[in-house]
Amino acid sequence: MEVGSVRQRVYSDKELDQAEGAAIEALKAGSQQPIPDPDQWLEEELKRNILLTTVDAMINWARRNSLWPVVCFPACCAFEFITTAASRFDISRFGMEIIRASPRQADLMITAGTLTWKMAPNVRRIYDQMPEPKWVIAMGACGISGGIFASASYAVVPGYNRIVPVDVYVPGCPPRPEALLYGIRQLQKKIARESLAKRKA
Amino acid sequence: MTIALPGKEIADKLAGKFPGTIIDSNQNYCLVKSEALLRIGTFLKDNPELDFKYLNYITAVDYYEYFDVIYQLTSLQYNHSIILKTRCPRDSAVLPSVVGLWRTADFQEREIYDLMGIRFEGHPNMKRIVLWEGFAGHPLRKDFNGT
Repeated sequence: MEVGSVRQRVYSDKELDQAEGAAIEALKAGSQQPIPDPDQWLEEELKRNILLTTVDAMINWARRNSLWPVVCFPACCAFEFITTAASRFDISRFGMEIIRASPRQADLMITAGTLTWKMAPNVRRIYDQMPEPKWVIAMGACGISGGIFASASYAVVPGYNRIVPVDVYVPGCPPRPEALLYGIRQLQKKIARESLAKRKA
Repeated sequence: MTIALPGKEIADKLAGKFPGTIIDSNQNYCLVKSEALLRIGTFLKDNPELDFKYLNYITAVDYYEYFDVIYQLTSLQYNHSIILKTRCPRDSAVLPSVVGLWRTADFQEREIYDLMGIRFEGHPNMKRIVLWEGFAGHPLRKDFNGT
């Protein structure tokens, strides 16, 4: 059998050699510069690790999940607050287990107790010493309105909102820890809706 | 338990020593004139048979026309006590201070002055203790009407 005659029908040896030579020449002509490092993987990592959001959403997220309360416990509601802070109810689930003795390190005032007019200037001073932004939860009937002392007492402030601006009111005498935690959640929702542009002075 | 001496028994002892100073006495208390309060107090404290060196408390009652001020005295040595009362009119509510006899009286007389408006003469620091300076009126008086 004549092999040569079969191959000759498709391409000649000369044609194949020429085609091979042309391919090499073409590759050589297109490969005069080194190929840059393939850094496509870097962009992939960035895509997986960067979230795009608004400044408001990010700041509010940080603020509402690390509220630090200041000590302001003039009366019996303090015990419910202490229970709230202790292990059974565990206020640290909401990022606020650090209860500061100094108002300069706090941004939340939980007013746990009856306030007398003689004590009122000191509460006002504590509030004034807290850095912005700051929030107030009025805890208990006395904190909201003076409670049982509201109408008859010569010595009790009828509600903390006479002294400081109150964001959330938690009723009860005293409120159960669940109620206080619910009030804290409500405050967190309130903070989530705040905007840097509209923030009260 | 501390023995509560009858006021009458004390009144009988005082009557001979301070004639005309006992207004009233019964099982429960002995009511004396305010002019003689300090003299009687000194006697009750220093008499070795009575030995009322300890003042439990002072309190005051508003009876509209007058105020009663009540002293409970105790002897820790004999474990007995009495109720001594004195009286002052409402329009000139002034009494002698017993701070010189019993230091317990210091804050309690200030509290009575603060809430009831009875001034204690001879007190070293007669000013309000609970309410603030400038508060109008004395809130435990029955005619006090302010919120």
